[in-house]
Amino acid sequence: MELFTNQVLAGIATGAIYACMALAVVMIYQAIDHLNFAQGEMAMFSTFVAWQMMQWGMPYWGAFALTLVFSFVGGIVIERALFKPLANAPVLTHVAGFIALFAIINSVAGLTWDFTIKQFPSPFGSSPFLGSQLISTHQAGMIGVTLILLVLLFIFFRYTRVGLAMRAAATLPESARLVGINTSWMIALGWGMAAAIGSIAGMLIAPVVFLEPNMMGGVLIYGFAAAVVGGLTSPLGAVIGGFLVGIFENLVGTYIPGVGNELKLPIALALIITVLVVKPNGLFGRTIVKRV
Amino acid sequence: MSTVQDVSTAPVVAAVPKKAMALGPLASLIILALLIVTPLFVKNFIIFQMTMWLIYAIAVLALNILTGASGQFSLGQSAFYALGAYTSAILMEHVGVNYALTLPVAGLVCFIAGFLFGLPALRLSGVYLALATFALAVAMPQLLKLGVFEHWTGGVQGLVVTKPDAPEILASLGLKVSQDMWLYFFTLLVAIVIYIFSVNLLRSRSGRAMMAIRDNEIAASAMGVDVSLYKTLAFGVSAGITGVAGGLGAIAVQFVAPDGYTIQLAIALFLGMVVGGVGWLPGSLAGAAFIVFVPNIAEHVSKGLSGAVFGVILIIIIFLLPNGARQLAYGAQSLIGKLRKN
Repeated sequence: MELFTNQVLAGIATGAIYACMALAVVMIYQAIDHLNFAQGEMAMFSTFVAWQMMQWGMPYWGAFALTLVFSFVGGIVIERALFKPLANAPVLTHVAGFIALFAIINSVAGLTWDFTIKQFPSPFGSSPFLGSQLISTHQAGMIGVTLILLVLLFIFFRYTRVGLAMRAAATLPESARLVGINTSWMIALGWGMAAAIGSIAGMLIAPVVFLEPNMMGGVLIYGFAAAVVGGLTSPLGAVIGGFLVGIFENLVGTYIPGVGNELKLPIALALIITVLVVKPNGLFGRTIVKRV
Repeated sequence: MSTVQDVSTAPVVAAVPKKAMALGPLASLIILALLIVTPLFVKNFIIFQMTMWLIYAIAVLALNILTGASGQFSLGQSAFYALGAYTSAILMEHVGVNYALTLPVAGLVCFIAGFLFGLPALRLSGVYLALATFALAVAMPQLLKLGVFEHWTGGVQGLVVTKPDAPEILASLGLKVSQDMWLYFFTLLVAIVIYIFSVNLLRSRSGRAMMAIRDNEIAASAMGVDVSLYKTLAFGVSAGITGVAGGLGAIAVQFVAPDGYTIQLAIALFLGMVVGGVGWLPGSLAGAAFIVFVPNIAEHVSKGLSGAVFGVILIIIIFLLPNGARQLAYGAQSLIGKLRKN
């Protein structure tokens, strides 16, 4: 039993990473209706920017705040420069655009900061949390930040005019335009916010997985999986999905014999497909009713 | 809680008229002539690259049938490619079957696998289907490495495949055909057969049914189209053709190993489809050219920034031609039409 609780705790700790990323994924999905394949690379780039500022002697929170601003502006710039001109192109062309963005950011980061692994500081320290060896204060802090983000996002979407406008622009763009919402800028705003949330996720993840240009590869796959399991329309679902994927991944690795690290990912993905076959819109997603 | 969405607002693929999915007879003949004549004048290495180009074109064509015709999205083509490659390699090396005969088997195995995978995929669409197929692509290399199959698959090390010689009849006729050259023409023959099969498939009743599902699933089922049958059938046919391409790939590269069939291959095939034009079968050639040659060009421009150069080229292409090579071909066609009138 103790092994089980320990593994669940460790799963929650890794799940927090996925939850963070899933939140960013859902955020951009709400704004633009696509999964952004370059999201992880954008987060990685932001984290490198924060690292660079700290190398230049800036304190952690200063660098943190500046990186948020940088990412927000960067997200908007990418949307305006790359994806606004493609607004009328087919969906699959957009996906190709994401892949191109992925290749560019990865390559530029690799050339600027090279591929060696770098340490990234944590604001919460890394001593054991409440006497437990399995969850460090950093991981507890990460869970806390994720939950705070979730609440902030909920308040933003539920109670502010801009949040309402963004939701309207995402669900029914034409009707939204008719009531005077600038849908084009709402999309840009969505990109900015998703990039900012992604950068928070990146800075929280970096102390755990270490900073390097490919650090987001695995995390993003799990982040997508978590978002899809939880339902792409629900930020709360994404966070819960993140924890579930983390816990499940750990339990599979412990209890099913012959499953090493190699097979963890395929099995986690197989579970996700099973969930999807039973509940095609994810655990917490809204069912989209088609009108004929 | 539910959101109502108009079906017609978000088609996955822009509707392509049925006739526009293939080239006219004259253009086809010109391209065919070029494909036959060019290898006679170039070096063996370039012939090898052209063979790979044709093989990828077949794989892109398969994805085009799935996405362009039936409107389903797949990031898992590399899994079927790997399955086909391994089927061919195992049959050749362990059973000693002639290389040409392994291809239909590879196609059949992949058709069945694709058809079966299509069943759970029926419940999914859009990004959810993308994730499911993506999972398949991620899982495949790991499955091939499993110890249980190691006797057959060779585990992490993979299998070495012997390269076929040109048939002796050619030599007795006094023609000297190198292995590369022979393999190229063999691939070309397979590609032509598959292309004609695909064009005819899409022109048939089944093809029309798939396109009806792509354009409007609810309307199609109201018209009496068996939606689940044709969706899974599209998956099966696409997987089968990909499997043949995989088998050819194994013969051409003379080597199969799990790490040759990662998700990157699936992404490359996807890019090939987009660059070639979704739903336009001849575009597969252009798309495959993109995935074979552009990474090389990017590498030439800058070693350190090859990824960035690749990305920039890709962005330039999708900016200029959001609908891929199809747009270019149509533009050229209307230009020629105008010139004729003057």
